[in-house]
Amino acid sequence: MQYNAMSMPQTPNAVATCKAAVEAGALRIALSGRLDADGAATVWDEAVRAARGHSGELIVDCGELEYCDGAGAAVLIELQRIAMQREQSVRIERFPEEYQRLLNLFELRHFLQDEKVEPQATNFVVDIGRATANLLTDLYNGVSYRGELAVELWRALRHPRQTRWGEALLLAEKAGANAMPLVALIGFLLGLILAFQAGAFMKEYGAELYVANLVGLSLLRELGPLMSAIILAGRTGSAFAAEIGTMKVNEELDALHTMGVNPVRYLVVPRVIAAVCVMPFLVMFANLFGLIGGGVVVLSFDYPLITYYNQLFTSVAAMDLSDLLTGMFKAVVFGLLVSAVGCLRGLQTKSGASAVGDAATSAVVTGIVLIAIWDGIFTALFYALDI
Amino acid sequence: MNETIIQVRNFKAAYEGRTVLDGLNFEVRRGEVFVILGGSGCGKSTLLKHMIGLYPPAAGEILIKGKDIAHAEGEERRAILREFGVMYQSGALFGSLSLLENVRMPLEEFTSLPREAMNLIAHMKLALVGLGEFCGYMPSEISGGMQKRAAIARAMALDPELLFLDEPSAGLDPITSAELDELIVRLSRSLKITFVVVTHELASIYAIAGRVIMLDKRTKGIVAEGRPDELRDRSENPWVRQFFNREAKAPA
Ligand SMILES: Nc1ncnc2c1ncn2[C@@H]1O[C@H](COP(=O)(O)OP(=O)(O)OP(=O)(O)O)[C@@H](O)[C@H]1O
Ligand SMILES: [Mg+2]
Repeated sequence: MQYNAMSMPQTPNAVATCKAAVEAGALRIALSGRLDADGAATVWDEAVRAARGHSGELIVDCGELEYCDGAGAAVLIELQRIAMQREQSVRIERFPEEYQRLLNLFELRHFLQDEKVEPQATNFVVDIGRATANLLTDLYNGVSYRGELAVELWRALRHPRQTRWGEALLLAEKAGANAMPLVALIGFLLGLILAFQAGAFMKEYGAELYVANLVGLSLLRELGPLMSAIILAGRTGSAFAAEIGTMKVNEELDALHTMGVNPVRYLVVPRVIAAVCVMPFLVMFANLFGLIGGGVVVLSFDYPLITYYNQLFTSVAAMDLSDLLTGMFKAVVFGLLVSAVGCLRGLQTKSGASAVGDAATSAVVTGIVLIAIWDGIFTALFYALDI
Repeated sequence: MNETIIQVRNFKAAYEGRTVLDGLNFEVRRGEVFVILGGSGCGKSTLLKHMIGLYPPAAGEILIKGKDIAHAEGEERRAILREFGVMYQSGALFGSLSLLENVRMPLEEFTSLPREAMNLIAHMKLALVGLGEFCGYMPSEISGGMQKRAAIARAMALDPELLFLDEPSAGLDPITSAELDELIVRLSRSLKITFVVVTHELASIYAIAGRVIMLDKRTKGIVAEGRPDELRDRSENPWVRQFFNREAKAPA
């Protein structure tokens, strides 16, 4: 604002002045010049301070006014308001006839209270109560949403004709094929870094070849699904939330409801199917490039590629199918979690443009938290079951 | 009093090479309520958006108080922008701000008034359109008609001499719409604001319009210009008479 004030072009005749003087116990504030927004800005503080600093009668003399618009009227109303609040008598004198109509548009009694800017003032206790209530409704909505989604997914499988496969395919392309380069890049870096950091150390014990197993196992079982799911949350979960959120803001969801279309079936099911279907491919892709990254490091230790391959797939410590399958299982579950929560956040969007942004942010955050929690659960579970 | 405030000369508008309007010439005089009419999709909003400088004309020029907004930049552009207020067809209130904050926004942008002064002025403008009690409400919490009125209040925040309204009464019931017309007439009389209004409502046209121009999709130009009652009774164009008499078919 300060900046704006300085960048305003000041027309030479735009000056308004304010003179305050006490005459026989009454304060006379004389306003002159052009009382437009700029003029009001120049005299406002001075006039208000003078009025507040006086406790007798107040006279506002407008005889020298050249021009007055809504901002000027605001000055007069503010002065009268100050006087009324302190029960002083107040008089406006010599107000130019031509602007009288403007002043008549505003009834003073409407402005006696200060403006309420914020929707509602809240205090600490109310905030805590509201947060708790929000949390509980969120939980409740989450449960009922999960139930609805499960029913609709089951329906989609039983009545495949009614499912929007074309839409799902398009979404799968966006969520899957278009994400391949990013997944490949991250996967490659992950394999490279793991192998390099561990290899430098394991070399001292002559165990550098086991880098292959380290990279292979951790990628297949943990890092591949985890990284892919986080990428899915960032790229696709947020997009789902923003798309559906925008539809909510535009009342398109209401339109669906009135047409008898269930938004979960129409919007959420294709998205969840798309995400669940692409996740295994994304994870495979991440694993493949991770292994290539590991291979590059092993090659740099002067082993031939076939040794790396044998170490990965045929040695005693080689990975087997169960490693791949646990990873794939996680991938599918993460895909389900991320897409479902992305859509849920979209459906929960409140009104306004910023709400869409909030929904997208919340979709990513909740998605990643869910991934972390479930990854922990799975790791413990598989360890206990010895899979 | 018959001074020209907006001048449009040989104006042409095109979106990506597709001409929507061509060869328009007219002027708006200070203090009048000038109405732009025409069927849906004939380019009324397009004309309005060009007049307020959102798009540059494909040919010709539009002068507001003698200044060409399409080619003005920096301070010069700011100075022209300050001369007028706009109400968009959809209202375009900022959803994350309360009504008072919405109206206060142009004041924050263009003036150096203290905060309390801006609050009071914003409150006064809202009171002017009958929303004095709703300062703290969010746009999503009020009705469509109230949103339109709030949008007018925001357009008037800086006391412009010129207000552009795109379909102020569309989607409103006849009573609210008549109230809005009354507001326009009142503002035009008491504050001497010049209005450029796009509307479909026949009742509104008779209530507010000083002069109208009528656009036509086929000729991409103006088919009629004048006072509404004149056009109704004396236009040579049967289609125009039909519009003003609200008949379904052109008289034989
Ligand atoms: N942003 C845009 N890009 C391309 N074409 C546009 C754009 N906006 C409008 N048009 C086209 O310009 C023409 C005029 O549209 P405009 O919105 O000005 O109509 P209108 O007269 O305001 O109609 P309505 O009464 O329905 O609001 C239409 O054919 C429309 O398709
Ligand atoms: Mg339009």
